[in-house]
Amino acid sequence: MAALLEAEGLKAYYGQTQALHDVSFALELGGITTLLGANGAGKTTTLRSICGMVRTEGSIRLDGRPIGGKATEDIIRLGVGHVPEGRGTFTNLSVDENLRVAAYTRKDKAAVARDLAMVFEYFPILKARLNQQAGTLSGGEQQMLAISRALMLSPRLMLLDEPSFGLAPLIVQEIFRIMRRINSEAKVSMLLVEQNAALALELADHAYVLETGRVVMSGKSSQVKNNEAIRKSYLGY
Amino acid sequence: MEQLIQQIASGLANGAVYACLALALVMIFVSTDHINFAQGELAMFSAYLVWQALSWGFNFWLALPVVALISFMIGVAIERLILRPLHDAPVLSVVVVFIGLLAIFHSLAGAIWGHTIKAIPSPFPQFSFVGSGYIGPHQIGMIVVTLVLLLALFAFFRFTPLGLAMRAAAQNPASARLAGVRVDWMLALGWGLAAAIGAVAGSLVAPAVYLEPNMMASILLYGFAGALVGGISSPGGAVAGGFIVGVLENVIAYLGNLLEKSSGVYIIGNGEKLTVALIIVITVLTLKPSGLFGKVSVKRV
Repeated sequence: MAALLEAEGLKAYYGQTQALHDVSFALELGGITTLLGANGAGKTTTLRSICGMVRTEGSIRLDGRPIGGKATEDIIRLGVGHVPEGRGTFTNLSVDENLRVAAYTRKDKAAVARDLAMVFEYFPILKARLNQQAGTLSGGEQQMLAISRALMLSPRLMLLDEPSFGLAPLIVQEIFRIMRRINSEAKVSMLLVEQNAALALELADHAYVLETGRVVMSGKSSQVKNNEAIRKSYLGY
Repeated sequence: MEQLIQQIASGLANGAVYACLALALVMIFVSTDHINFAQGELAMFSAYLVWQALSWGFNFWLALPVVALISFMIGVAIERLILRPLHDAPVLSVVVVFIGLLAIFHSLAGAIWGHTIKAIPSPFPQFSFVGSGYIGPHQIGMIVVTLVLLLALFAFFRFTPLGLAMRAAAQNPASARLAGVRVDWMLALGWGLAAAIGAVAGSLVAPAVYLEPNMMASILLYGFAGALVGGISSPGGAVAGGFIVGVLENVIAYLGNLLEKSSGVYIIGNGEKLTVALIIVITVLTLKPSGLFGKVSVKRV
């Protein structure tokens, strides 16, 4: 079992405030892992730490190489696609331009064209909206666009920050179905942060539960799902 | 009537230079939210570089691209070396830096080239044509060069990946980083482009106003007025604004003269052109702060 991403004793700070105290986890290559926990537990901060968007201490390794302290752009270029909280749409750019920005760092034009075709196959609606200003898309469409932008980086690892946030249940199902396809077909490993624990445990094979910046439990999704104490106290269902 | 057409024509020519400066201001504003008060002095410094090249015997059209390139590098260097350490500094600190830069380039030009007025000959050929009574060859040249520059910039931002990355970085820096764009370098590039555009503006206006360290002081105000009229967040708007201000200042002065001639009452004339620019600034800021073509920025609270 090769670990794609490994964090050990990860601490993170916003200014003087410490948001992560001691987070350790390992991500299996090809798998889907989910981070669960209440508001303020440190889920988003963990994703930001991986991408160098907050000040961190401790070790983060991608493919065994330390990436802590690197600039966000450099970590992204190593094959990490980050679908951020709030979707990060370039609202004034067209859908087409949103997708092309994401492929900005790639030189292989043919591969980019292939990935674009793949994106349109997953999300045909984006093809229909290609020349529309991205800010005018619906919330679900913008989430699809955010996932597509990450895909256009041709990532090995995708970090997803609450892709279900604020979306109608039907759209959420659709998006999660496609995330599963991306994982199995495009061979993209995923680290998923979700408020909706039931949904996340359905998709993921491993889960970590965070509480106030610490990992309090981890295991296979089925174990977490069946642990009634954890479910009641941390996952709220 | 003939005089009015003449005034409008020369207004368009001045407007071309204001448009360039307005564009340079907008370039830096959209990516950093700062108004570069030193933009005019940078342009003046570039104009002196052109003068230096001319006095060494180089052709204007050879000197201009080289000077634009040097200015580009000066702009990039300023951003990387001076403003980079101030990324998280309060606005006032940055403003002080801009004023410092203004003073530095002003004195530097004076120290190197002296404070006496120098002339740069017009790079455009003298010829007569239909309507040459209304507008001179240099004025037409200014308008044409500005329009070419604008088209080139438009094409750069619209059709090249680098231009797209710069737009993305200006609009949503966090997201741009997540697309692998080196946002810090995009800011430096924006500074470089602004300085290069300013260089063109400076060298175009120098033959019309004579070269001296103070030459850009009032022109920067007009450029600022143009940027505000068009919308400080909209490059296309800034250009339109530059032309509008150029024409407006002339037409208003003309109407003032006309009024004086017919009624003997002097309200406004050629001497108050700068006042007109300032009135425009105030009017726009009170009535429509986002400008004619600018986007109203809405913040969710």
